[in-house]
Amino acid sequence: MDVPTKLRDLAISETGFLFDPHTGSTFSINETGLVVLEALRDGEDRQTIIARLRDGFEVPGLVDLDRDIDELVHLLRRNALLPDGWSL
Amino acid sequence: MSRPLTCAVTGLAATDNPAPGMGVIRALREDPGLDVRIVGLAYDTLDPGIYARSLVDDAFLIPYPSQGLEALERRLTEIHAQVPFDVVIPTLDAELPSFIALQAALRTLGVGSMLPTEEQFGLRSKAHLARLGELTNIDTPATRIIADPSELLTIEEHIDFPLWIKGAFYGAIRARDPHEAIAAYHRMTAQWGLPIIAQANTDGDEIDVVAVGDGEGGMIGAVPMRKRLLTDKGKGWAGIAIKDDAIDEICRRYFEATHWGGPCEIEMVRGPKGSLHLLEINPRFPAWCYLSAGAGMNLPAAVARLAAGEAVEPMTEYRVGTMFVRISLDQIVPLEDFEQMSTLGALHNRSKDPS
Repeated sequence: MDVPTKLRDLAISETGFLFDPHTGSTFSINETGLVVLEALRDGEDRQTIIARLRDGFEVPGLVDLDRDIDELVHLLRRNALLPDGWSL
Repeated sequence: MSRPLTCAVTGLAATDNPAPGMGVIRALREDPGLDVRIVGLAYDTLDPGIYARSLVDDAFLIPYPSQGLEALERRLTEIHAQVPFDVVIPTLDAELPSFIALQAALRTLGVGSMLPTEEQFGLRSKAHLARLGELTNIDTPATRIIADPSELLTIEEHIDFPLWIKGAFYGAIRARDPHEAIAAYHRMTAQWGLPIIAQANTDGDEIDVVAVGDGEGGMIGAVPMRKRLLTDKGKGWAGIAIKDDAIDEICRRYFEATHWGGPCEIEMVRGPKGSLHLLEINPRFPAWCYLSAGAGMNLPAAVARLAAGEAVEPMTEYRVGTMFVRISLDQIVPLEDFEQMSTLGALHNRSKDPS
C-alpha cells in the first residue's frame, strides 16, 4: 500500500510525540496508536496491523480492533495527516 | 580566525511588538566566523536594545525618516567618524527608502549594505500585490487600493466580506461589513496615512518565511515558520521551523522573478485544501529572524557577509522543528547610561574603546 507523503514525513518520537514538518503541528499519541501509526507508515494492511496489536498488547475479547483502527484513521484524516477519503 | 566586522543595525525597539534589530544582532554574534562589533542605531532614548550591553557595543540616536535624507546622511557620517562601521543592516519598513537612497553615499564612506532597489521595494508594496502575483505566478488574494472611504460602500462588488483593511506599512483590521470597513479605513489612515488597501480574507494557516535573495535572481536561503502562540496584536510569540517543498518553490520563484537583494519576510496562507496564497512581502528581516540562526541557517550573518562584499553560497539545510519562544525581561540601567543617551545621543560599551 502506498504511504501518503504527510504520513511518511511525520517525525515520531518513542514517547509518542508527533511533529508534522509541513505544518508545524504537534500531536501526542498513546502506545497502541503508535503501533498502528508505525504499521500504516510501513504500508501494512488491516490484518497485519491487527496482528501487530495482538502481538504487542493483551487484547480483551470484547475490544473491536477494527473500530479502533478506523477511529485512529479518522483522527489522522481530520488532522490532515492522511488525505481526505483515505481508508484502509 | 574570525573576521572582524563592525555592523550597524537599526530597530532596537524590543517591545511586545518587537522591531527586528535585536534578533539580527543576536544572530550576527552567533556566527563563529565573524568577530562582530555592533553599532546599534536607535530612534528613541528608551529603545530597549540600547541598554542590552552584552549585545550592543555602541548605540547612537539617529533622526526619524520624517526629518529627511540629509539629516540621516549627516548623522550616519558623524557616527561613522566615531565608530567606522563596515556594513549597515536597516530593519524597519519606514526607514528602508532612506537607506536605499543613501546606499551610494554610504558606499563612499566604505559602508556596505544588502538592500533591494527602489523599484523592487515598490513592487512588493501591499498596493502592488496583484501585479507581483502575476509577475511571479503566485496566487494572491483579491486586493484593491482605496483612495476614498465611500468606495468601501460598494467594495462587495469586487471583494466579499469579511475582508481586511490594511495600512501601507503596518496594521490590518478585519471588517465584516461596509460600516466596519469605513471605520477601519479612518483608524488606519489616522495611524499610517494613505494608501489603504482592502484585501480579501483567506482562510487557513499563516506561514511566514525569513529569506534572503542574492540580488541576481537566486535565493541564499529561507526558513519557513508557523506561529504557535500569538500576542493580542496577532504577533508571533512562539513559532516552529517547518519544511515544505511547495513553500520553498514559491520563495525561489519570488527571487527569480524580482531579483530581490537582501532579506525579506514572505507571508503566505495555506488554505484548507493545501493551496498556498501570497499575502505580502515585508522588505526586511522579521523580528523572529533569530530562529534562522537557531535552526542552523544564519541568514542575518549571510546578509552581513554579502553587504561586506563576501560571496555567500546558497544554504538549504536547517533543523526542522526548531522552535522559538519569546520572553520579556527587565533590564537594569544605570542612570548615567540613560543620561549619556539623553544628552549625547550615544552610549559606548565600557569594555571597548569607541574610537
